[in-house]
Amino acid sequence: MAVQGGRPSGGSAEHGRTGGTPPSEQDEQFYREYILDHYKNPRNFGRLEAPTLSHEEDNPLCGDVVGIDLKVSDGQIEDVRFHGRGCAISQASASLLTERIKGQSLDDARKISKEDVFEDLGIAISPARVKCALLSLKVLKVGAWGLGDWSGEEEE
Amino acid sequence: MRYDVDAIRADFPIFETGIVYLDSANTSQRPRQVLEAMDEYYTKFNSNIHRGAYRFSEIATEHYESTRAKAKRFLNARSTREIVYTRGTTEGINLVAYGWGRKHLTAGDLIVLTILEHHSNIVPWQILAAEKGARLEWVDIDEQGRLRQDQFAALLEQSPKLVSFGQISNAMGTINPYAEMTAAAKAAGAMVLIDGAQGAPHAGIDVQAVGCDFYAFSGHKMLGPTGAGILYGRREVLEEMDPFLAGGDMIRTVRKEGTIYAEVPTKFEAGTMPIAQVIGLGAAFDYLEGLGMSSVRAHELEMTEYALEALSEVPDLTVYGPPASERGGVVSFDVKGIHAHDLATILDRHQVAIRAGHHCAQPLMDRLDVSATARASFYVYTKREEIDVMIEGIRDAQRIFA
Ligand SMILES: Cc1ncc(COP(=O)(O)O)c(C=O)c1O
Repeated sequence: MAVQGGRPSGGSAEHGRTGGTPPSEQDEQFYREYILDHYKNPRNFGRLEAPTLSHEEDNPLCGDVVGIDLKVSDGQIEDVRFHGRGCAISQASASLLTERIKGQSLDDARKISKEDVFEDLGIAISPARVKCALLSLKVLKVGAWGLGDWSGEEEE
Repeated sequence: MRYDVDAIRADFPIFETGIVYLDSANTSQRPRQVLEAMDEYYTKFNSNIHRGAYRFSEIATEHYESTRAKAKRFLNARSTREIVYTRGTTEGINLVAYGWGRKHLTAGDLIVLTILEHHSNIVPWQILAAEKGARLEWVDIDEQGRLRQDQFAALLEQSPKLVSFGQISNAMGTINPYAEMTAAAKAAGAMVLIDGAQGAPHAGIDVQAVGCDFYAFSGHKMLGPTGAGILYGRREVLEEMDPFLAGGDMIRTVRKEGTIYAEVPTKFEAGTMPIAQVIGLGAAFDYLEGLGMSSVRAHELEMTEYALEALSEVPDLTVYGPPASERGGVVSFDVKGIHAHDLATILDRHQVAIRAGHHCAQPLMDRLDVSATARASFYVYTKREEIDVMIEGIRDAQRIFA
């Protein structure tokens, strides 16, 4: 399998977001530096020893896989790791999501919306790639919170 | 006569958009002649067929039925009665699974498929097998993507009831030795269905010479419109099959006590059919006949050789499947470190359309241990320059992902 682009096996939570906050105006550059950086050097990549919650989903259409492990105590997300394989959008989106939720309260993490994910990615996601972008959010919502009926990626 | 690709391209209005279309195995483009044939129906004699005693309906019926004669010629079938109009390959295969399979298969019967199959030549058989308690066995491939004939021969010794396989693989491009496989399967007493979705547009077939019982294909992959395809069935086999869809047109008489079905092929053509599309498909047969299938194949071979050569010069790129001489105009590949979807997105920026994904062949993807591949496919209108643009796009993707 040659689709992973040099993925380290452990987490590397110490990185900041190297690309900085995405500029608000859209430029033509789809694969921005920081998206590629998150793809090649994913943050919080790997597995947790004894996760409080763990869930994995795939996107059968393109074979993207994302799994998220959470360590939660007193309603706070103390640690998070993700694992998976797939396209740059799905993997960068997962990496960005772990940065967003680490240290957050569960309550806040629950409120993360599709729009938040798109904003973190900071690029225009074409309809064909929406499922890639939202796979990690689906894992978070469906798995960790048992929202079995979450169908965010189908909504307009 | 020289094959003039520029003259051919001039028949396809879509190329005025500048698209570099390398996804013809998915669906082809349509020439003006096909569009005009459908337009003519809609604007000059639009009406339902077989039902009206008025002129328009007669003209429509004549145009609609003329496609049957063209299909018969294209396939070298014995009779137009062996030509069933369908929506496409998928419907054709389902029709056989339902109309023949449900009637003839019983518990323990063996159906032989191959690992190269498209989902539409898998799922109908899985449903049938589950319903009847039949078994499915799969012919594997070798390292070059060729079907393992030793294994196929061993499976034939188990006297399968049905063997169903693709003439050309849509995911790998492999041209299977379909004539030899059919002969061996017939000698073993099996019924044989060939999925011609990729074979019909790119190679054609002589169904009498090959001797298959069924041959299913789609018009939209061979310059025709979506929504119309053909199932060829040997007449004796079609005649004793059950109908698939039931309703209007497929009957001779309907009484409260019961119904007598129409003769084949009408028995399988229930309801108002896609009339304009069938007429368009007729124009597609004409177009391909004008080019000649051997020229079509020769042009594709040239494009495939050119593409394989060009791709071999790109570093970190793996091509799946056999050498050009054994493949249709399909090249599946993987670029190290770049997921096929990302590659397709970047190529799209270069106006290049390729397919990325599992190509509706997940068992094959599992067999290759990949989740997706990128696939470029060629047809009558493909130019070398288009392949060059794709290669440039791949190098661009490699720069971006470096
Ligand atoms: C080998 C093969 N079989 C079957 C099909 C299904 O054809 P359709 O979707 O036109 O029914 C395709 C098309 O994708 C194909 O390539």
